[in-house]
Amino acid sequence: MDLSSISPVLLVASIMVSATPILFAAIGELVVEKSGVLNLGVEGMMITGAVVGFAVAVNTESPLVGFVAAAVAGAVLSLAFGFLTQHLLSNQVATGLGLTLAGLGLSALIGKPYEGMKSPTLPKLDLGPLSDIPGVGKMVFSHDIMVYVSILLVAAVWAFLKFTRGGLILRAVGESHDSAHALGYKVVRVRMIAILFGGACAGLGGAYLSLVRVPQWTEGMTAGAGWIALAIVVFASWRPWRILIGAYLFGGVTVLQLNLQAAGAKVPVALLSASPYLITILVLVIISARGAHGAPASLGRVFHASN
Amino acid sequence: MLRLEKRPQPSREWTALSPLLAVALTMLVGGILFAILGANPFEAIRTIFWDPIFSEQFSGFTRPQLLVKAGPLILIAIGLSIGFKAGIWNIGAEGQYIMGAICGAGAGLAFYPSDSVLIFPLMLIAGALGGWAWAMIPAILKTKLGTNEILVSLMLVYVAETILASVASGLLRNPDGMGFPGSRNFKEWDAAFNSELITGTGMHWGVVAAFIAVIAAYVLMSRHIQGFNIRLTGEAPRAARFAGVNPTRIVILCLGISGALAGMAGMFEATGPAGQVSIDFNAGYGFTAIIVAFLGRLNPIGILLAGLLMALTYIGGELAQLMLGLPGAAIQLFQGMLLFFLLATDVFTNYRLRLTKKEAV
Repeated sequence: MDLSSISPVLLVASIMVSATPILFAAIGELVVEKSGVLNLGVEGMMITGAVVGFAVAVNTESPLVGFVAAAVAGAVLSLAFGFLTQHLLSNQVATGLGLTLAGLGLSALIGKPYEGMKSPTLPKLDLGPLSDIPGVGKMVFSHDIMVYVSILLVAAVWAFLKFTRGGLILRAVGESHDSAHALGYKVVRVRMIAILFGGACAGLGGAYLSLVRVPQWTEGMTAGAGWIALAIVVFASWRPWRILIGAYLFGGVTVLQLNLQAAGAKVPVALLSASPYLITILVLVIISARGAHGAPASLGRVFHASN
Repeated sequence: MLRLEKRPQPSREWTALSPLLAVALTMLVGGILFAILGANPFEAIRTIFWDPIFSEQFSGFTRPQLLVKAGPLILIAIGLSIGFKAGIWNIGAEGQYIMGAICGAGAGLAFYPSDSVLIFPLMLIAGALGGWAWAMIPAILKTKLGTNEILVSLMLVYVAETILASVASGLLRNPDGMGFPGSRNFKEWDAAFNSELITGTGMHWGVVAAFIAVIAAYVLMSRHIQGFNIRLTGEAPRAARFAGVNPTRIVILCLGISGALAGMAGMFEATGPAGQVSIDFNAGYGFTAIIVAFLGRLNPIGILLAGLLMALTYIGGELAQLMLGLPGAAIQLFQGMLLFFLLATDVFTNYRLRLTKKEAV
């Protein structure tokens, strides 16, 4: 095995790229869960975002339009979830699963003609002097715009939840929907907005996968990234900055195992390929053994304003 | 203004009616979808739901397929439904199905080319144990450490898939297969082959097991104290604890049953219709079974019917692919939509619509 073939600069750079899809999906799901809704359809919305983003980008030859379309597609799917769970009061676990299954089918259907095509990809940003810093410049400051958008999004969500009135209402709805309702807040409306935001973020994450990370469309290409995003929300104990840590950690594991495979490490390939999933389980175990605190108190409960 | 009012008791009529309404709605929206895809919607619906059973041209081949496809779906869904009743969400049945197939086939292949009558029963037990053991991972993590079983069981599907890829081209690879991945073909080994029991029906041991599971689940859930405990745990966890129901035991029991049944289904499939353990012998039954369980109202008899219906959409979907050139993924979407409409129409089971005058706030 030749570990010297792994360059640390490229390693960090590729970790940032491989973490970005999960980061988008996880920060969206964090907001959804903070409002007291458990949407297990992240995988379905992500893959739909991936295919719609890819298809639109190929047809318009503009990756940015692709990203917008992916966000819209994710939001539209999440609207179906929101309508079912918030207005028709269906079980959130079952509905989320249904969303994932439907999303996988839908994406395969839309994506068939696009298999094997190449998409236009995002240009790397030139951040002037920052990009010219030796080492660090190439590592951190020469990515495409979406990498920075995802980090800014984490900061924005953090600030929104912590400092704004809207964030306070959202958290109140998630902690105790009955009290929030009694105070006159529109529980269902707040949750619908959160669900739509989560859907749009998952769509962006999916599009990043198909437009930048891979960049190609293959059926089932998310391969559980949406589920890993859900696990990261638990890992982060529902705190925005920890989402960033979690996503980069998993990005790291993914990139490292690929690098080790390429370097011909004396570890079975199956074990390396399974490692992101195994580590997800391990992290969940450690978090839950510690006693997972921070889950919104109304998470997953059906709200019905009966008088 | 329309308002929802909670029913004191879930409506019995709507429990039975909402799956039918969901199927009707799915056909309607599916028809529109097929029209968009450029197929005649009436022809497409007929090809999917009618032709596999009644068409003179195809039914000879497709009718037996109904049981072949419904068998594993019912077997897995029965196990899942027991857990869902208790609020235990095993969504990794696909992984347990794969591990069951690997363990079952592996146990048999260890004795190749023995023709003992004990081979098949041994493989069955190994398959069930394989699925059971794979389900015990989330079960033990949940009971000992409180880890979320949804995420763990789902993650284990991907782990099982990498194990499958690894053994199909390594440990279990056919030594006479000229280096191609995939195990020995069980069709050429009578003692281990899960053959068709009655020619032309598609009935194999897996289908028999599915029928037995339906009956056993019915007895367990409606006549046995453990079945009552399971339902109680799902509907009122606190009350269950006061009544002395041990939640740990319920989790182990529910995940164990569903894992073992999924494992058996995998073993029956690998040694029968699929014929071998290959990299992609699994066809997503573990996920479709979730739809079957809900469509069947988590009720054994309902699951039997739902499994047959879902098998019909699989076969009809293949037929529509062949005859009308509809993409295979359209059927996957069709099945997902079915679950969605079912969950939507279910609102009438627990709530009633009331017309009210808008109140002044």
